[in-house]
Amino acid sequence: MADLKLVGVDKTYPGGINVLKDINLEIKAGELIVFVGPSGCGKSTLLRMIAGLERITSGTLEINGQLMNDVPPAQRGIAMVFQSYALYPHMTVRENMSFALKIAKQSQKKIDEAVNNAARILQLESYLDRLPKALSGGQRQRVAIGRSIVRDPLVYLFDEPLSNLDAALRVATRIEIARLKEDMPERTMIYVTHDQVEAMTLASRIVVLANKGIAQVGAPLELYEKPRNEFVAQFIGSPAMNLLPGEITATGDKTTVTLNSGGVVKIPSVPTRDDDLGREVNIGVRPEDFMETEGEYIYSGKVEITEALGEVTLLYFKSETHDGIGVIAKLPGIHSGLRNREVRVTAAADRVHLFADGQSLLYRE
Amino acid sequence: MHPALQGLITIVLGVGGCLGYFYLANLALDKYIFPPRLDDAGRNINRANLTRPWLFLLPALIALGVYLAYPVIETLRLSLTDRQLDGAFVGFANYQQMFGEPKFWEAMRNNMLWLIVVPAASTAFGLLAAQLTDRIGWGNIAKSLIFMPMAISFVGASVIFKLIYDARPMGQAQIGVLNVVWLQFDGGIGSLLFLRLLPVIILFAFAGIVAYAVWIVLRPIFSGSSAAGILVKLVQVLLSGLGLYLIGLALFNIVSVFGADYTYGVPQNWLTLPFWNSFFLMVVLIWIQTGFAMVILSAALRGIPEETIEAAIVDGANPFQLFFRIKVPQIMGTIVVVWTTITLTVLKVFDIVYAMSNGQWQTQVLANYMFDKLFRANDWGVGSASAIILMLMVMPILVWNVANARKEMR
Amino acid sequence: MQNIAGNRSSLVWAVHLSVLLLVLLWVFPTVGLFVSSFRNADQIATSGWWASLGKVEQNIVVRTLDPDDFRVERNGRYFVDGKLFDQGAEAEVGAWGTSSLEIDKYQPGEEADLGKGRTITVDAAGNYTWSGPEASMTGRGKRLFVTAAIPPDFTLANYDNMLFNEDNVEGMANAFFNTLTVTIPATIIPIVIAAFAAYALAWMEFPGRALLVAAVVGLLVVPLQLALIPLLKLHLDIGIGKGYLGVWLAHTGFGLPLAIYLLRNYMVGLPRDIIENARVDGATEFQIFSRIILPLSFPALASFSIFQFLWTWNDLLVAKVFLIDASGETTVMTNQIVELLGTRGGNWEILATAAFVSIAVPLVVFFLMQRYLVRGLMAGSVK
Repeated sequence: MADLKLVGVDKTYPGGINVLKDINLEIKAGELIVFVGPSGCGKSTLLRMIAGLERITSGTLEINGQLMNDVPPAQRGIAMVFQSYALYPHMTVRENMSFALKIAKQSQKKIDEAVNNAARILQLESYLDRLPKALSGGQRQRVAIGRSIVRDPLVYLFDEPLSNLDAALRVATRIEIARLKEDMPERTMIYVTHDQVEAMTLASRIVVLANKGIAQVGAPLELYEKPRNEFVAQFIGSPAMNLLPGEITATGDKTTVTLNSGGVVKIPSVPTRDDDLGREVNIGVRPEDFMETEGEYIYSGKVEITEALGEVTLLYFKSETHDGIGVIAKLPGIHSGLRNREVRVTAAADRVHLFADGQSLLYRE
Repeated sequence: MHPALQGLITIVLGVGGCLGYFYLANLALDKYIFPPRLDDAGRNINRANLTRPWLFLLPALIALGVYLAYPVIETLRLSLTDRQLDGAFVGFANYQQMFGEPKFWEAMRNNMLWLIVVPAASTAFGLLAAQLTDRIGWGNIAKSLIFMPMAISFVGASVIFKLIYDARPMGQAQIGVLNVVWLQFDGGIGSLLFLRLLPVIILFAFAGIVAYAVWIVLRPIFSGSSAAGILVKLVQVLLSGLGLYLIGLALFNIVSVFGADYTYGVPQNWLTLPFWNSFFLMVVLIWIQTGFAMVILSAALRGIPEETIEAAIVDGANPFQLFFRIKVPQIMGTIVVVWTTITLTVLKVFDIVYAMSNGQWQTQVLANYMFDKLFRANDWGVGSASAIILMLMVMPILVWNVANARKEMR
Repeated sequence: MQNIAGNRSSLVWAVHLSVLLLVLLWVFPTVGLFVSSFRNADQIATSGWWASLGKVEQNIVVRTLDPDDFRVERNGRYFVDGKLFDQGAEAEVGAWGTSSLEIDKYQPGEEADLGKGRTITVDAAGNYTWSGPEASMTGRGKRLFVTAAIPPDFTLANYDNMLFNEDNVEGMANAFFNTLTVTIPATIIPIVIAAFAAYALAWMEFPGRALLVAAVVGLLVVPLQLALIPLLKLHLDIGIGKGYLGVWLAHTGFGLPLAIYLLRNYMVGLPRDIIENARVDGATEFQIFSRIILPLSFPALASFSIFQFLWTWNDLLVAKVFLIDASGETTVMTNQIVELLGTRGGNWEILATAAFVSIAVPLVVFFLMQRYLVRGLMAGSVK
């Protein structure tokens, strides 16, 4: 059982470049945690600090209640799978998988047992005597995973393990990792990716990192349905959530927002206080929550481009501002002939999000 | 003890000693000096990791220090002292004495010639060979054969070329190729073409290239658009001065080529012909270094993005334009690298001169002059002074290299 | 490039021819030495080495068999039959004569009248028939002057003399072993020292690392001429003197900058992930070095060994200063050749053989390991 606890963790590189600030995170044993975030947000650095490959500038890391800040990587009870697989090119698959156990001076019998077991799980038995260069990308990735299984660690660390694979293989390997997790429910996995599909499908909880800190932690659907701030709202989901500026014109159980573009929304799901009246806010609506309407609308505009994908049709409205990002709606089914027409869209009141100063009003104390 | 056995023991002791040192020092560091136990395990690991690099570096640092860094300083000191006077400090007396010797100036002049001719010729031949061999099926075999002299010692190459330059008395069969060729000339039209016109064309071309280089260097100064500092300008003016001297030398030799009185039909002792003999020595080094230049430049040529060449072809460039306007500019960096590397070799050239002429007949070069002073005349002061001159000549390349390396590290 | 439409084939031929010319020009000198080392002193002195490759027109003087021992009687006339050349030699007679004044008086197959009823005839293959009455067919054999095309004739005698003749004080055997003795430790020791230093400079973080790398780059170009006197003085002072130990140390010191530079540059290029993975796997720095870095750096190690081997094998200066003492017992091949150039300047059979003995080993190494040499050159030529 391995609980993992980060308290007040900072990372500053020599030269004064600060990449992570005051990270607090508790991971329970058996979870599959995914770190996501835009590139450069420090998600890999955080993982490498957990692995012990980067020094923690300040703050503490505990695994199973033990302080790990100064413990060498090999003694932390972790194993890591690298993006580039990091297979030792001069060793066969078998030697690659047994290297760590040999270093730890395990008996040959134990080593063979562990290697054969891992090879069986990953269907690598017939490749054990090959060199890495004689393997395909997917096989190499499996060897890299096998290498960590052999060590039977408490915590598995994955650093963008699928990003060097092609699309089809990525799906297959993703499913394989999910299955692996099912088979060992008591092991913890931490998984770094920039791909939100991987995050949504694999994670028991997702940690969204942005601006040197944690933007939100939560189950995948929680992030989707109740994003804590505009960043998470727009990062999760594709196309990104639409944000429409407006002003609170009525408060109470049924908050009313009058949009700058003219629409009016009544939001029953987010209660507001009296002093919120007149506050400038953004309402957020996911493209897939929009539906066409003839009556009361949230947004009305001229459709500039349509993309028909068969199951859905994407409508790109002409942008009124100059930054070029207009409202996007994703309507189910096929809609032809909407181009260059004025279209009104609305959404169910409980699917509308409300943000003030970038933060969701839902989470306000 | 037999030296071979001694050698074997040295290998075992040397290699074993080194490995043993590294292994044991490491073990001691991890297990005894900073053991990762107790309460301050973490701090101890950090300390061990701070110490370890120096452990790994120690033997190398000692060797580099004793065998390269210390000698530079010691040589500088020796050049300012006199051995006869029990190593008394004599200031620049050694340098004064050296500057007063005609042999020194002969060595300097020859070194300058070597510095210009050998890198230029090797790079040019290397570039030619690289460009040509890259385009044919058996190019790799051809490259291998042109590259082969790299493996041959300067001494071995000297013997090889001495055979080519060999001269037998008149009337006997000549066994040196050069004399056999020479004896074909009889003062007729062929001689005019090859012995008067060809050298004149080469000299003119050389003067032209130097003039072009001088113009490029001086242009920013004349046009007033130079943003360079005063020091850079000074270097530019000095370089131009050298260039003008070279142009003068070339033009003077054009006159002398026409005035020269060739002794047709008489076998020549090539290595005793003043002035020209230096070139016969240079041929040896060019022969060796061309392969090096070719290999490096060939790799650079292959590294040129194919698209740029194809674009130029579509744009209608002919093969020569393709080569000089598209390919050469893209590998200019490599050409400079090759040039400087060969320049370094040339500066230190010793074996060839020592083995072929030993500096007689006005072929002296600095490295051999220095060897003469050190081990024949036993004059350590002047010998060291000439070594310092050598160091000074290497200095610009050294500074440039270090600056580049530092840039790359960042 | 070959696929582009409208390429003229005449240009391709020009390229082939130019390369051929270039290659011939570059190989010609070495081949000359090589061929000369298989010719005997007379051959070298009388004709250029290129002449020995084909049949050579040579004027030779041969004597027929003595009539007293070999004459045979047929039909009252006495005959001496024989061959001018050894069995198997494929010489061809172009012309012949019986007097030194007219050595090409007769064509093959013609009959010469020798007076006193004697005649002699020689055919193109060198068979002769000499006949006459009994009284005049006595005494010594007849001298014949033959202009013949002699096929190539090569000998291993020079090598036998220079390598295996123990009485030959100019022989190369001793020098060969001395060179070998110098070369091998001087190649291996710097590699070991440099490998560790390069690893530290490539993969360990410590203050002053950048400065050290810059220093190595600087030392790379320091002319070793500067080191001669101070180090010789040092060696004499601390009792190493002139000898193998001194030359090994000197070569180690001089080879280190290049070794460290080459190996560091190579090691820096190894993937960081692999090293970190080994760290996660629990390997110590020493294990990472010996089990991951060292095997992966094999190409760079090979490159440097070839460099250092060629350089120490071909070196003259360092050996002259640090190794060879007044006794000359420890002479190396390069030095031996230079001395032969001084004392036996015209004896090309000796010089050519000596030189070829010394360049044979580097040539073999060169052709076997050219790939690594090229790679090393790429990495080692100073940027």
